[in-house]
Amino acid sequence: MAEPLLSLDDLAVHFKIGNMLGGGIKTLKAVDGVTLDVKPGECLGLVGESGCGKSTLALAIMGLLPPTRGTIGVDGQEISGNKAPDRMKMARTVQMVFQDPYASLNPRQTVRRTLADPLRLHGVTDKAEVEARVADMMARVGLRPEQADRYPHEFSGGQRQRIGIARALILKPKLVLCDEPVSALDVSIRAQIINLLLELKDELGLSYIMISHDLGVVEHVSDRVAVMYLGRIVEQGGWQEIFENPRHPYTRALIAAIPDPFHRAAISAKAKARGEIASALNPPPGCHFHPRCPLKADICVSQDPVLAAVAEGHRAACHFRDRVS
Amino acid sequence: MTVPLLKVDNLRIALAGDGATYNAVENVSFEIGRGEAFGLVGESGCGKSITALAVMGLLRRPLSLGGGRIALDGEEIQDASPAEMRRLRGKRIAMIFQEPMTALNPLSPVGKQIAEMFVLHEGMGWNEAMDRAEEALRQVRVPSPERRIKDYPHQLSGGMRQRVMIAIALACGPDLLVADEPTTALDVTVQAEIIDLMAELCAAKGTAILMISHDLGLVANMCKRVAVMYAGRIVESQAAEAIFATPSHPYTRGLVDSLPRLGERSKRGRQRLREISGVVPSIAAYPAGCRFNPRCPSVTDVCREMVPEATPLPAEGLVRCHHHG
Repeated sequence: MAEPLLSLDDLAVHFKIGNMLGGGIKTLKAVDGVTLDVKPGECLGLVGESGCGKSTLALAIMGLLPPTRGTIGVDGQEISGNKAPDRMKMARTVQMVFQDPYASLNPRQTVRRTLADPLRLHGVTDKAEVEARVADMMARVGLRPEQADRYPHEFSGGQRQRIGIARALILKPKLVLCDEPVSALDVSIRAQIINLLLELKDELGLSYIMISHDLGVVEHVSDRVAVMYLGRIVEQGGWQEIFENPRHPYTRALIAAIPDPFHRAAISAKAKARGEIASALNPPPGCHFHPRCPLKADICVSQDPVLAAVAEGHRAACHFRDRVS
Repeated sequence: MTVPLLKVDNLRIALAGDGATYNAVENVSFEIGRGEAFGLVGESGCGKSITALAVMGLLRRPLSLGGGRIALDGEEIQDASPAEMRRLRGKRIAMIFQEPMTALNPLSPVGKQIAEMFVLHEGMGWNEAMDRAEEALRQVRVPSPERRIKDYPHQLSGGMRQRVMIAIALACGPDLLVADEPTTALDVTVQAEIIDLMAELCAAKGTAILMISHDLGLVANMCKRVAVMYAGRIVESQAAEAIFATPSHPYTRGLVDSLPRLGERSKRGRQRLREISGVVPSIAAYPAGCRFNPRCPSVTDVCREMVPEATPLPAEGLVRCHHHG
């Protein structure tokens, strides 16, 4: 079996919130014990609602937030702890595409500078080579090389996201974290960017972590899917398993919540979640989802469910994982 | 023939800028019956939100009503004085906005903001109005309304704030509720609850809905009829089911085809998403003829020269395309 490109083991990222005067210090467990692999060439869909910890997880993988507990291994090397590789080396392995192409590009840098700077910083000094690689990358993402001297404001949202993708790929990383890459774009532009990301993945042999709350997009692009709720993974498995045979009530609620015009009553109203997501500062005891869960029983309040196998490669953290079907 | 609750006829909205005046919206006509849910769908900049503002009499410079008629219950309101409009707004037509945090007054407890509606429009005293406000909060299923009534908007979650907005909007039992992207700022499982709540309360009170959204799926689930706007014009309107089953305008067809459909990958494997080429034109550079023509797969010379007339479709639908039929 192929060595995983990314492996997270019991990863936790906690934040201390508040101060001694105002009610004491609380711990916000943004990510709380996540174990996860991404294999080379694989696309892992990471699904969850705001506050579930998916963006914190991404920042930890990027090496931008130190883990409180657990380990992150990228390409066989541990990136946290004493023998962590430097950021420059990390940047050549893991890159990120951000949600908002209006906020994530430097407005005072031309496309050429945005793409050439990382190359120079990483030791590509030959001018002709820098030029060639910038031109090649622009062509790959569907921009014309003569647009290289323009500034971000001269481009549309979709084109800006193409620049963001080019910037992420210019150093030939192995793993790209895509954090809601299409949700800030016009609906008629989204298909262009999704198609582009999938083409580039095949051409360049990339691995993706696709963070999204849009289940239609996740189903379309993912090989495997992990669902997060209040800092924990509640279900993970192959895309088909997750979408056709979801075992966690939260996954079912997410699927039921999609306003899907094509099969309106596919999943019954019974699957819908009640109420709202609890605060991550004060998550409900036991299974974090129990206050909203249609299957709630006493055991859900008293015991944390473990993420256990329900089928080959498919795991769910629910006391009633065998009953949900 | 019965008089429709809202009749918008040949609406034109002018945008003044840079020494020129543009038509941000033109030739927009639609009708909404009593108690009917009607959806207006389009991408950012297509003019759907300002159409809603025009109905509310809330257009402000640089936008102004350029022409056309808006009739509520047979009575034309486009030339109503500000004082007359203030009497209508909140009483007979009410609006909820995308971001409840910016639409609510941050310095006033939510109970008072609801009670104000009864004081202003029904001449109630504050004591009685506060009791009614508590009842209104209970109706939108805010837990423990007797305590929540004293909360300020920042003390509530996004979903709770939107419930408060709905309570304010429906307080005086309006004939028409204008909802401009009411759930875009919310998480998907919360969105599902809010939509259900809105639909249920409006059905109970016989309130008609004008739903504005970029999300075709959401609108089609909630509304009976849907109109699709592109670059300031309605390009197609049909019954909600028909818009997905038989989209008639190339733009609508493109939108429907470009959405990754849930369950599609299981059935047919991963198909490349159909893209709509190009970008949405800017208002200063709307193309002549059909405004979709630079992006249209079936464009011909006539599309570049002539504005297409409306062709009727079954069930009072219409499409504006030279190549229909």
